[in-house]
Amino acid sequence: MSQQPTPPPMPSPIRLVLTLALIAMLSGVTVVFAYQITLEPIARNHRLALERAVFEVLPGAVDRANFLVEGDSLTALPDDEGDRANVYAGYADDGTLVGVAMEGSARGYADNVRVLYGYSLEDECIIGFTVLQSSETPGLGEKIGSDPAFLANFECLDVRLNDAGTDLANPIRTVGPGEESEPWEIDGIAGATVSSQAVGRALRESASRKIPVIRDHAQLLTEERN
Amino acid sequence: MAPVSNGEDTPRFDNLTSGVWRENPVFITLLGLCPSLAVSNTAVNSLAMGLASAFVLLGSTFLISLLRNAIPKQVRIASYIIIIATFVTVVDYAIHAISLELYNALGAFIQLIVVNCMILGRCEAHASKNRLPKAMVNALGTGAGFTLALFMVGSIREILGFGTFFGVSLFGAGFQTWAIFILPPGGFIVLSLWLLLFSYIERRRAANTGHIAGGAHAT
Repeated sequence: MSQQPTPPPMPSPIRLVLTLALIAMLSGVTVVFAYQITLEPIARNHRLALERAVFEVLPGAVDRANFLVEGDSLTALPDDEGDRANVYAGYADDGTLVGVAMEGSARGYADNVRVLYGYSLEDECIIGFTVLQSSETPGLGEKIGSDPAFLANFECLDVRLNDAGTDLANPIRTVGPGEESEPWEIDGIAGATVSSQAVGRALRESASRKIPVIRDHAQLLTEERN
Repeated sequence: MAPVSNGEDTPRFDNLTSGVWRENPVFITLLGLCPSLAVSNTAVNSLAMGLASAFVLLGSTFLISLLRNAIPKQVRIASYIIIIATFVTVVDYAIHAISLELYNALGAFIQLIVVNCMILGRCEAHASKNRLPKAMVNALGTGAGFTLALFMVGSIREILGFGTFFGVSLFGAGFQTWAIFILPPGGFIVLSLWLLLFSYIERRRAANTGHIAGGAHAT
């Protein structure tokens, strides 16, 4: 600190408060301005990211429609209410239904792992998978989003329903690496056991809750298109 | 109250380079280490973090140096924090709008630029006591030094931890990546190796010129 022979007199409290208030007000205006400018691009980024993920888990899809599964009902949502959707139908070039993309989440090693998976009504299996959000350990648990052998589990993961159509006939299970013997089992990743199990749990819980509802209202998915 | 000046008001080349080398915030004065260790696991992340911090530093320096005579001493720290926080919020929105991927990778560390002591330190020690041109030149140098330091840590960590540089694979498929370097301990290891190199160079230079290496550094 520099030496000051006589300390300057204390400014009046009003001046102190006014200075802070003025700076805070300018700050507020700047923040609101920045918020307004970036609102549209940020919303677009989120929409594009979601769209990319939906098309990734539904190979061949080029268009999507938003739906909401609530309890036992499936409702179509207009575009401007797309934020509330938890189910996305994907359609191919010619308008045929490729499948339905749905979210699932489960507790992983570090935090919740949010995944999106594609469900084909025709084949009754999960045909695609991607990680939406995870804080899993880089280099270890993070592999659930990139390991080719792990992603190969989701070429056609069996999610057929039981005869009554109320739940999965065979609950999805994560097994040790290379131990998969049934079409509803997921080969885990060595070094990412907890994360692979979280993926299995996320898929099982989400699929057993939503797939029965979706199959009950399957005609809505194609009607909505026409 | 008269502003305290550091003697000369005209910026010199030395003002610019001191932040990059002699007073490098990360390697020499050890300020702002939290983001340097936390999000420097790839070249892109570290570069983005460095540039974001440099922008906040430049913006706050500009305002604080301009307002240095208008802000009473008693409320200066509170004022500086509001100004810094404003620029951080703007950067936060901007990165969110530019790239969602980058935004998710940097996470809470963008918001945490507010408490980066490198920035508050520069504002309190330099911007509040110098005229605009000199303060801006110093902030530019410090910002560049901070970005460069983060980039040096981030590049090494990405090359060893992922086997890539800016996402481009360097060693082919057979490379066994060292996951430790993208985990937090890797940040400490790489940073300490750089610190070792810098203090070695500093000692060599001091020995050659006959000077004893500079005094204690605050952390």
